[in-house]
Amino acid sequence: MSRESTSFRVFRWVVIVLIGLFTLLPLYIMLISSFKPLSDVSSGASFRWWPSHLTIRPYFDMWNTIPLATYFVNSIIVCTVATVFSVIVAIFAAYAVSRYNFRGRRVFTTTVLSTQMFPGILFLLPLFLIFVSIHNTTGLQLYQTRTGLIITYLTFVLPFSIWMLAGYLEGIPRELDEAARVDGATALGVLFRVVLPAARPGVIAVAVYAFMTSWGEILFASVMTNGSSETLAIGLQGYSTQLGVYWNQVMAAALLVSLPIVAAFMLLQRYVIAGLTSGAVK
Amino acid sequence: MPVDTTTEPDEVAGADTTRPRRRSSWSRGPSRKWRSRWRWQSRLNWAKITPYLLLLPAVLLELLVHIVPMVIGIWISFIKLTQEYIQHWGQAPTAGLSNYRIAVDFSGPVGRSLLESFKITCLYTVVVVAFSWVIGVVAAWVLQRPFFGRGPIRTLFLVPYALPIFAGVIIWNFMLQRDSGAINELLVNNLHLVHHRPFWLLGNNAFFSTAVVAIWRQWPFAFLMVMAGMQSIPNDVYEASSLDGAGSWAQFFHVTLPMLRPVNRVLLLMLFLWTFNDFNTPFVLFNNSVPPSADLMSIHIYSNSFQVWNFGYGAAMSVLMLLFLLLVTAIYLPLANRRSRSVT
Repeated sequence: MSRESTSFRVFRWVVIVLIGLFTLLPLYIMLISSFKPLSDVSSGASFRWWPSHLTIRPYFDMWNTIPLATYFVNSIIVCTVATVFSVIVAIFAAYAVSRYNFRGRRVFTTTVLSTQMFPGILFLLPLFLIFVSIHNTTGLQLYQTRTGLIITYLTFVLPFSIWMLAGYLEGIPRELDEAARVDGATALGVLFRVVLPAARPGVIAVAVYAFMTSWGEILFASVMTNGSSETLAIGLQGYSTQLGVYWNQVMAAALLVSLPIVAAFMLLQRYVIAGLTSGAVK
Repeated sequence: MPVDTTTEPDEVAGADTTRPRRRSSWSRGPSRKWRSRWRWQSRLNWAKITPYLLLLPAVLLELLVHIVPMVIGIWISFIKLTQEYIQHWGQAPTAGLSNYRIAVDFSGPVGRSLLESFKITCLYTVVVVAFSWVIGVVAAWVLQRPFFGRGPIRTLFLVPYALPIFAGVIIWNFMLQRDSGAINELLVNNLHLVHHRPFWLLGNNAFFSTAVVAIWRQWPFAFLMVMAGMQSIPNDVYEASSLDGAGSWAQFFHVTLPMLRPVNRVLLLMLFLWTFNDFNTPFVLFNNSVPPSADLMSIHIYSNSFQVWNFGYGAAMSVLMLLFLLLVTAIYLPLANRRSRSVT
């Protein structure tokens, strides 16, 4: 492809502009509406492409309309803890899958991966019932608490995390392990001193994936949480009242909850993309 | 996967019984003599059980959150589980096949609405997967070669994918409002394409709105995967074909697309499964009261379980849905494998 024809170059920019408009329009609307006064977005007023005057009031008011701070704290706790544990569990499992040949290996990988295709709705009620039973027998309350949500998310991101990480570990030469083994390192020693440092990009990719997935999860959060343990994914719907929706505050909140995720994705883009696509391209 | 679940507990049990051995050989507590004796006796086993110990946490979590709930889910589909039994669900009376019979009785109200929901979901899946894939492939194609501005454009295109689902869908909810939304402002007041403002979130329009939102969210993933696939196409294939006189257009159809087959095989399956299982888009877009035209199966089952409070139906419907997905995957994978093998 040494030369590109003029027609192709024109085609390229037409495509970029069209897709760009489709992609960016909602993002522009979120940004611009978060700086609008309430009168611009209340029902009856038609949409304005530019605010009648710019204001940062929505960014202050949004904390009072709903307990946004509580939701924020819940989301941060749930997602951080779930991410940390899922990365640890996935590292052990991926190491076993990529470095050992044992009976049941295929069964494990196919079972774990095939859970990815099952409709989430199938697990929802049974998991709720299991949590109810655990509460009835041991007194440990897992539903309507953050702990239950953490366990759920942690497991939900496991299959893809293990798959991604195992793919990454396959790419690290076994000679490194063997050299360390000869020097007398144990299995865990090899994992922590040799394999993990070499697999850092893979670990980062898994962590970002796990955090993003948990941050955006809605189905289980809608059933497993109540008022005080609600996460952002559910809590944000509280802005719609009978009188109307504070759209300027909703947009400000949406922007705020997206910023950390989008920023992390942008910064670590290279690792995440490599991790997400490694399995499929192989 | 009934076969898989039966082998799972074996591994757990095997790993559990060998647990003390792991402690004694790792901890620094016992005397040196003790440790060396243990090592001697268990050297063979030790190498064997290491992978199982490493897998143990993952297996336990998978059992608790995926495998056991799935088995219970299948069991619930055979009992009469209503709200009064929810605290003591073990005591709910059995229903035999009646939940299934009612779910697939297409002349009854439950069966008819399930069939309707199934049709809607199939149409939704075809539309969303097709558009997401085409947009993703075309975008990856025009960004394949370096040009000024390529990096930032690529990053920008990925934003809808990185955005938390609920945030992205809430923006669309605002845009699609009849009176205060941006879409009607654009169509009616700016472009004058329609004269009276349509309702985008009611009636049949709700289906298209949901599909557009889903495409907006999903095409960047197709873009991402196809881009990675294009990077792995060796350059000399392009050089050879341009020596033969192939231009940009011919190369795309005769080199790029065929070479992307392995990626597309996985990508299309993933898009299919995600779209067919989609719950989030309609749930957030319609604030939990989804109009009939956007009543996707996950939503249908959810409202049958948690609003009508009949979990037996819900479970039977999710088992049927799972069977359908398994069937499609079982037909698709060998077909896709054969086609890709015949090319390479």
